[in-house]
Amino acid sequence: MRPKRSREPFFWAMFSGGGMLAALFLPALVLVLWFAPPSYPELVGKVDHSLVKLALFGLIMLSLFHWGHRFRYTLYDGLQLSHLYGLIATICYGGATALTFLAGYLLWTFP
Amino acid sequence: MAESITLQIQRYRPEEEEEPVWQSFEVPRHDEWMVLDGLNYIKDNLDGSLSYRWACRMGVCGSCGMLVNGEPVLTCATYLSELGGGRGPVRIEPLTGFPVIRDLVGDIGDFITKLQRIKPWIIRQEDKPLSQGEYLQTPEELALYQQYSMCINCMLCYSACPIYALEPDFIGPAVIALAQRYNLDPRDEGSEERGDVLSQHAGIWACTFVGECSAVCPKHVDPAGAIQRYKVTATAEWFKSVLLPWGKR
Amino acid sequence: MVQVGVAAVGQTVNRINPKYQLYHPKWYRKDYPIFWWLEKFAYGKFIVREMTSLAVGYTAVLLMFQLWVLSRGQETYQRFLGFLESTPVMIFHGVVLAFLLFHSVTWFNLAPKALVLRLGRWRVPNALVLSGHYAAWLAATALVIWLVAR
Ligand code: SF4
Repeated sequence: MRPKRSREPFFWAMFSGGGMLAALFLPALVLVLWFAPPSYPELVGKVDHSLVKLALFGLIMLSLFHWGHRFRYTLYDGLQLSHLYGLIATICYGGATALTFLAGYLLWTFP
Repeated sequence: MAESITLQIQRYRPEEEEEPVWQSFEVPRHDEWMVLDGLNYIKDNLDGSLSYRWACRMGVCGSCGMLVNGEPVLTCATYLSELGGGRGPVRIEPLTGFPVIRDLVGDIGDFITKLQRIKPWIIRQEDKPLSQGEYLQTPEELALYQQYSMCINCMLCYSACPIYALEPDFIGPAVIALAQRYNLDPRDEGSEERGDVLSQHAGIWACTFVGECSAVCPKHVDPAGAIQRYKVTATAEWFKSVLLPWGKR
Repeated sequence: MVQVGVAAVGQTVNRINPKYQLYHPKWYRKDYPIFWWLEKFAYGKFIVREMTSLAVGYTAVLLMFQLWVLSRGQETYQRFLGFLESTPVMIFHGVVLAFLLFHSVTWFNLAPKALVLRLGRWRVPNALVLSGHYAAWLAATALVIWLVAR
């Protein structure tokens, strides 16, 4: 029998995708949305477009999983908590999944 | 002795002390001396009981790796006169991550066991008969893996890797680089077998890309890069197996 | 003679370290420091790089909050703008932005290690992969600014 292969590739792919999108887009978004925020009608009009919503959903979901994966390993190695392997994985990926659903709901019902 | 330099050496003689102690030696200071020359001077002239490993003294055998001033280096390739402004003292310890047997000698059994697990040799499903001659290779094919074949098993990368120190099961940088040395060799057909070992948590996935393994490697093998590349390969394989379950894997 | 000699050695060494048994290896294992990432500059840089995930997570969550605030109407959005403008929040977001930038830079710098591109026999040089990433960053930033400020 072959040893079971881990599911790690899936999460690593999410982590990598999120890392790439976050690296490309987040600094710019923080600049224009938090440091020089547009007015209310402007911003609503811009977000209320299905392509923009889809892009935002992808960006938020992958960023969340990027956090979940990387933070999980920070806890294992940085704080030497790898004896809590399963618990930490559940909290990190579970948190990212729950927030992803919330993001989907927020965007679906927007505005 | 015109000029001298102080070597502070971590001694551990289990029959005498329970914990390692530091011992200082004065050795002559020559511009062309390596750290290993200093150790040999001590062994020949000051204290014959000092234990350490070395063989080729030309950066090929990979046995003289030690922690010098906190950095994992080959002692045969590190000038004494370039350490601490040439004044010393120079601190010499055994490599981190390996249990110390005596003085500067660590137990490397764990590394050897792990190295065997990835089958570091060319695997063929079927060997062609001897009469058909050797397996020829073009320079381009050689270039695919040559970098990884430069590894001399010095284990400096293990010493630099915090994950190996924290997770003793982690198979470690050089072993993964050596697995890639064979995986990327067009003559080899064993990547699936190696994948069973590599695609585990204790294989590539425990690695968080600290990158220090590549920084200390004296042969520019870049094990960190090898691990990242294998992560990409393993991920592609995984998606293939999920999306095309009727395929080979 | 030899036998006697070895026995004699065994006795002397036993006197020095009573816990030592002749011919039984007694390895010394050093504990790895808990705050190992403070021991070396490169390790410290590594842990800061890993900590950027907190900034990424925070940004994602606050962007979601901003969406919710937007959908609640103009008044709520105005109050959110007030929150963004307060000094402590400004400072905090400055720190978040610094971490995000550190993430971007470290991410792009390490990307060529994982990405080995080949076009036929030609291996795309690392410098090209690297500059490709920075060019993409520039383009993405321009796109965002154009979309929002247009
Ligand atoms: S990869 Fe480099 S540092 Fe590691 S064992 Fe091989 S030669 Fe030494």
